[in-house]
Amino acid sequence: MANRLRTRLHVPHPPARPGDRADFSYLKLQPAGAQPRPDVKVSPQATLPLATGLVRVLDDEHRAVGPWDPRLDPEVLQMGLRHMLLTRVFDERMQRTQRQGRISFYMRCHGEEAVSVAAAMALRPADMLFPSYRNQGFYMVRGRPLVDLMCQLLSNTRDMCKGRQLPVMYHWRQGNIFSISGNLTTQFPQAVGWAMAAAIKGEDHVAATWIGEGASAEGDFHAGMVFAEVYQAPVLLNIVNNQWAISTFQGFAGGERSTFAARGPGYGVAGVRVDGNDFLAVHAVTQWAAERARKGGGPTLIEHVTYRASAHSTSDDPSRYRPKDEYERWPLGDPVERLKQHLIALGEWSEERHAKLVKELDEQVGASWREATKFGTLNEGPRLEPDLMFEDVFKEMPAHLVRQREQLRTERG
Amino acid sequence: MIQALNSAMDVMLGRDPGVVVLGEDIGYFGGVFRTTDGLQRKYGEHRVLDTPISELGIVASAIGMAVNGLRPVAEIQFADYIYPGYDQIVSELARLRYRSAGEFYAPVTIRTPCGGGIRGGQTHSQSPEAIFAHICGIKVVMPSNPYDAKGLLIAAIEDDDPVIFLEPKRLYNGPFDGDPDKPAVPWSAHPGGEVPDGHYTVPISKAQVVRTGNDVTIIAYGTMVHVAEAAARSLGLDAEVIDVRTIVPLDAQTLCESVQRTGRCLIVHEATRFGGFGAEISATIQEHCFWQLQAPIGRVAGWDTPYPHAFEWEYFPGQKRVAMALEAVMSAS
Repeated sequence: MANRLRTRLHVPHPPARPGDRADFSYLKLQPAGAQPRPDVKVSPQATLPLATGLVRVLDDEHRAVGPWDPRLDPEVLQMGLRHMLLTRVFDERMQRTQRQGRISFYMRCHGEEAVSVAAAMALRPADMLFPSYRNQGFYMVRGRPLVDLMCQLLSNTRDMCKGRQLPVMYHWRQGNIFSISGNLTTQFPQAVGWAMAAAIKGEDHVAATWIGEGASAEGDFHAGMVFAEVYQAPVLLNIVNNQWAISTFQGFAGGERSTFAARGPGYGVAGVRVDGNDFLAVHAVTQWAAERARKGGGPTLIEHVTYRASAHSTSDDPSRYRPKDEYERWPLGDPVERLKQHLIALGEWSEERHAKLVKELDEQVGASWREATKFGTLNEGPRLEPDLMFEDVFKEMPAHLVRQREQLRTERG
Repeated sequence: MIQALNSAMDVMLGRDPGVVVLGEDIGYFGGVFRTTDGLQRKYGEHRVLDTPISELGIVASAIGMAVNGLRPVAEIQFADYIYPGYDQIVSELARLRYRSAGEFYAPVTIRTPCGGGIRGGQTHSQSPEAIFAHICGIKVVMPSNPYDAKGLLIAAIEDDDPVIFLEPKRLYNGPFDGDPDKPAVPWSAHPGGEVPDGHYTVPISKAQVVRTGNDVTIIAYGTMVHVAEAAARSLGLDAEVIDVRTIVPLDAQTLCESVQRTGRCLIVHEATRFGGFGAEISATIQEHCFWQLQAPIGRVAGWDTPYPHAFEWEYFPGQKRVAMALEAVMSAS
């Protein structure tokens, strides 16, 4: 009997689970330098090859090649390396403090350092960043003291959030970094609104926002794309495709038959897919999209192809859902190592200087931690006044909150 | 009331270059209820923006605009359509000031027509005030007449906290006492219909005694203020009628002082009863007035069903339902 065509329910499966050999054959890669760099005012439809291809600058010999090479000064590259390394050293130290029970929770961005650091360096200080919870590199680039970040993680007496937010949900108005929500994708259409306001006010600042590929399934993504396209908002819309949304692989967010960047041209928005572990490529693409936005060319959707090398958070155990050796077999390598090798190839860096820098940053992080813990930790030292929980619900405290604050004071004796 | 709301936005667009108005059909067309009529012509399409049909996008972009120094007034075409924007209201708008310890805040006003009595069926008649009252960090307002509507809307726009501004659409064109068979009455025949030109505010968080009395306190808001007044009149009761006006933060003091004096209380709203805002008012009254109460607190509300198209007037808590409840509150000793 002939096969009959019938409906079917397809359930995506990752190429490998624990015990399997890591398999990234599904990844569509292109060599460095293969993609042309069009004029920033190119039509969204004409970006389809950029959105389905892959912009890369660093080749396998650690040389910068092709039209996307941003031709950055060695000092800028060294600064990029420093910010990425600081992010990594900070992350590793905070992970350990969580394991020691000094902070309740942490989220690392291991393997994704270039996504945040290169982008923040390519943008201007007055550009507004709407981050997800894995963009700590912004704070390194924009120079927030580490002690301030640590005090937030500790929920101590110097916590910028006054004890109201989970660790890593930072904010920094002065540094133009928006408050992290914890609810996914909500910042995506908000960034579009911020950019619309910049255009309404006639300013040339742009907004930029980051979500994971998993979070791009939320309705907020669609609303953000539509508003960005309709008003041609000066905004950079970034999808960090790190392959894993906790335990579900990128195929569960719609990555099996298309790239995430390719959604851009479908909405009438320029799309670019970039090697997220290539500092130079991320910098170049961000600069291109920012220039496009500043020149009235509207929004760009950027997919950063990268890999979440660590667990989703300290509450997650990835060995339960993916092969242990995946990161070792990840074809786009490690962003820190790649920039380091590039600088060495340029004759602008050495193993000795690198080791010295790591040691310096280690000491900086250690000294900051000792300073931060003076203001209290979860279990010891001074504590925030619980009265603070009633403030900032409204600008002025209404009568019912005044009463409840009084009740808590009585309760605490 | 439409003209009063229009005037409030007109005044604020004129006074503050940061004020922008956005929503579906509100620009060129002037809104499906004509509330924003003429504003785009006067202030331009960068200040009065037509938006895509996305309540999520409207609320989220308004938040982003507010963070960037604007003062957006967003219209959700019907309160029944607000739910796609609910997460942005609850998780973002309401908590931004709190979670960033005051560094970021979003002074967004969300206007939306609510309530039934216009043959709107179950998707154009809801009164969702309770599901916003339960959220910490947003103010919730519902005016019952044009004077309050303009003054409260200006106060809402000037407020640095987000405000959900619910407009009982049955009151758009005149006061309504709950009897659909009577000829329509224009606002010009009502004292609350007199609206000054220019800028003035009605304070948020202040209830108003609209009729003084000694026998019983009737607590209502929106359309039901007028229904309650008419029902009390028809029974010849010396009832005190209080218009709540602001649901959050609630002016509990005005409500409780009245009930402590009258000893009897009936709460009237159009929204469904179970878990409705009347329950919160009732609990507050009970906590503060228990020893003065001479009868159980009564509640009149919409039935706990969706708002049915064909049985609109059987659903609507009209004068008869209010009168029966008043009699029960008065007869208990």
